[in-house]
Amino acid sequence: MDLFQYTAHELRDKMRKKEFSAMELTKSHFDRIAAVDDRIKAYLKICEDEAMSTAQTVQTAIDAGTPQPDLAGIPFALKDNMCTKGIETTCASKMLENFIPPYDATVVEKLKQNSTIMLGKVNMDEFAMGGSTEHSHFQKTTNPWDISRVPGGSSGGAAASVAAGEAVFSLGSDTGGSIRQPAMFCGVVGMKPTYGAVSRYGLIAFASSLDQIGPMTKDVTDCALVMNAICGYDKMDSTSVNTQYPDYTKYLVNDIKGMKIGVPKEFIHSEGLKPDIRASVLTALEEMKKLGATVEEFDFPINEYAIPAYYIIACAEASSNLARYDGIKYGYKANQFEDLLDLYKQTRSEGFGPEVQRRIMLGTYALSSGYYDAYYKKALQVRSIIHSQYMDAFSKYDLIAGPVSPSGAFKFGEKTENPLEMYLVDMFTVAVNIAGLPGVSVPCGFDANGMPNGIQLIGKPFDEGTILRAGFTYEQNHEWHKMRAKL
Amino acid sequence: MEYEVVIGLEVHSELATKSKIYCTCTTAFGGEPNTHCCPICIGMPGVLPVLNKQVVEFAAKAGIATNCTISRFSKQDRKNYFYPDLPKAYQTSQFDLPLCIGGHLDIQFEDGTTKRIGITRIHIEEDAGKLMHDKWGTGSLVDYNRCGVPLIEIVSEPDMRSAEEVKLYLEQLKSILEYTEVSDCRMEEGSLRADVNLSIRPFGQEKLGTRTEMKNLNSFKSIMRAIEHETERQIALLAAGDEVVQETRRWDDDKGFSFSMRSKEEAHDYRYFPEPDLAPIEIDEVWLKQIKESLPELREQRLKRYVEAFGIPEYDASIITSSKHLADVFEEAVAQKCSPKAASNWIMGEILRYLNDNSIALNDISISGTDLADLIFLVENSKISMNIAKRVLKMMFESGESPAAIVKREGLEIVDNADEILSIVKRAIQNNPQSVADYKAGKDKAMGFLVGQVMKESKGKANPAMVNKAIKEELDKL
Repeated sequence: MDLFQYTAHELRDKMRKKEFSAMELTKSHFDRIAAVDDRIKAYLKICEDEAMSTAQTVQTAIDAGTPQPDLAGIPFALKDNMCTKGIETTCASKMLENFIPPYDATVVEKLKQNSTIMLGKVNMDEFAMGGSTEHSHFQKTTNPWDISRVPGGSSGGAAASVAAGEAVFSLGSDTGGSIRQPAMFCGVVGMKPTYGAVSRYGLIAFASSLDQIGPMTKDVTDCALVMNAICGYDKMDSTSVNTQYPDYTKYLVNDIKGMKIGVPKEFIHSEGLKPDIRASVLTALEEMKKLGATVEEFDFPINEYAIPAYYIIACAEASSNLARYDGIKYGYKANQFEDLLDLYKQTRSEGFGPEVQRRIMLGTYALSSGYYDAYYKKALQVRSIIHSQYMDAFSKYDLIAGPVSPSGAFKFGEKTENPLEMYLVDMFTVAVNIAGLPGVSVPCGFDANGMPNGIQLIGKPFDEGTILRAGFTYEQNHEWHKMRAKL
Repeated sequence: MEYEVVIGLEVHSELATKSKIYCTCTTAFGGEPNTHCCPICIGMPGVLPVLNKQVVEFAAKAGIATNCTISRFSKQDRKNYFYPDLPKAYQTSQFDLPLCIGGHLDIQFEDGTTKRIGITRIHIEEDAGKLMHDKWGTGSLVDYNRCGVPLIEIVSEPDMRSAEEVKLYLEQLKSILEYTEVSDCRMEEGSLRADVNLSIRPFGQEKLGTRTEMKNLNSFKSIMRAIEHETERQIALLAAGDEVVQETRRWDDDKGFSFSMRSKEEAHDYRYFPEPDLAPIEIDEVWLKQIKESLPELREQRLKRYVEAFGIPEYDASIITSSKHLADVFEEAVAQKCSPKAASNWIMGEILRYLNDNSIALNDISISGTDLADLIFLVENSKISMNIAKRVLKMMFESGESPAAIVKREGLEIVDNADEILSIVKRAIQNNPQSVADYKAGKDKAMGFLVGQVMKESKGKANPAMVNKAIKEELDKL
């Protein structure tokens, strides 16, 4: 088996047995990138020199016998909306095409402290707005299982790079499903942690109250390892929560006997849910029952309003977060303009793609005087009901399970004509962001087109442990996580 | 028709915290452009704000000192608008849940009567940068040093009825902000700025007239002028049968008039919404108690103490406390155990005279209380004469040196060597036979002349008592 096919924990064990060096491992990934990325188009920026030199440093430490973290020497890919000091961070936007941050995001610092090796920055929907990575200004990333299909989004590059063996793991960001949905589409594990568990410092904001960084990995064990590396309180992020973060590997227990799983009727019986996806999720739930869990459906009526509320809140925050891109300080600036107002107009019309402009307009409208109460305030009311309905469910269940997205990976161009249809790919994921809960997508089979499917497991706030345990147990009793896309 | 003017103020004051509101950059005034900045205060992608707790404490102190209720729960909001001096394109401020609400302060007129002015709210927010219009090219440059300097906005009720009331209100407010050490209130550095909301209505009418908001007022003088000008402008409009238009106007202090910036229709829609990057501000009982206990003595309390404990005349005490800095100089002198009355007399006399002659503001006194006390001790211990002391004070202002150093450098110490004085006295008697004759003829004035001669020759340093005694003895011998 080639090195690029292994998981992080397998590679860790092999490196500890000195089967190969960190340089060899890193080099094997650059070779893999060279071999397949012209088809996958996951990477926007490859950092080969820096990566090889880091690998050398890590190997020196390994050779010296210094105890190493689990992820030492493990190569990863970073979604291009997380700031990297001295390295372009573009958000896949023309607006930030040449932006080089003078600082590292907190997660980047943490991964450095864990002696990981960053291979490069990966593609995404512009400013993380989209569900297919087709909204990238630079390139369209393909799905490694079928390159005529999208990898999902917005963390499409992060998902595809892991699925294609171009990175052992990656970090994505999830505002309404942007980790879990591409993880499902590409057949990898993707977790959105509880809001406040991972610092957002250095994550270029889309919607501040919903954004959360999380791991995309080849299996649940790797997910726990990356969670251990990135979670934690950060004084640079006021929304980061100062609490005790566990060792997530403690939850990698192959046992869900007695675990109570709730399934929202509005998810599993949703009209929009494709039959093949439903069947695959139901089979997974049946199997979890066989493994000793109880599975019960419950009413989650507010979900009908989750998508509208989400698009109001997310767009409102985005309209403000993205206002700083005005051509004055950094990033794209229009060449031709009449006066100050025209500079703003031209810069923003030329620098942002159509989806970003659409959301800025939606958000600006929702916050406008006279409309605030009807839209933004209403959305906040929905938000609090979603939260309380989830909390009610958690008084009965240990975790909530359901589909990730209504259909498997679709063809390029299939949904770009109709933004509303694209928005609906988030119908089972947004409520989790709105309520700030942790959620994970774990591979659970394939759809009618042979594309990967995933089951979504949703936990109580800061109870990532329970969904990791359920995911691990399911995974250990199947072979899905061992299957690799053939390229 | 007789009109009544109705005025409310929005005062912005920069807080005297060491670091900015959401990052650790310095708040120091000036500095080379864009040197007091970091990725956070210039709004780079991905950065996040962290609230400086001291900003909350300072703002709460201002609130307590102006009799406001301190909100136990308040939040910050984004005020969205585009301008090059605002790098995030939103100002983090407070909208519907400000930190302090419902206060007041009492202004006192010269005749001793008082009037209560309501304070609607005080909220915290961040300052913007400054545009510098390039004189050589066509463009403008931005200096972000001021970006993120903490501000409080103090909004009054429309309770003022004249420019004089506005002046008294502002003086009172300035004194409170200085005494609480919340702001240094340096108007020339923009750390205290006021917007004036003004309308007029016929006397006796309850309904308020249409108001205008006047911006860019950065000195007491320009505020007074702008109020007078705007009152006259509105009266003239109504008198001519026109209407006052609700609008924002910009005062041009050089030209002495205001012009319209934007009408009500053109008013910005700031699209306020809760700042998602910051948690709500919650002040519990313990924290509020700490803030209250850390409040320094305010002006009224000090004034009372000066009168009661030090026996200083009320008028003098009110002058001294009119500037916190001056009052601090006084306190420092008294802390050196010099007589409060002597310190007060020096301030009311020589020091005020010097400041007046040299057009120096009370806040800008450069001598320390310790030096003032040392000067007083030199006189009390007969090391220098009163006249010499006045000269030393002047030199203290000019050179910043301590009085002892000046006395030493200039050789000003009193001469009380009896032999030395006697020899000068003898010379004076010898050189002025006419005065001696006059004295003998019973003209006492001649004695004074001789004393003057001796003092002149000793350059004012001779001990006056000893000089008097020696001259009398010498003359009586003749």
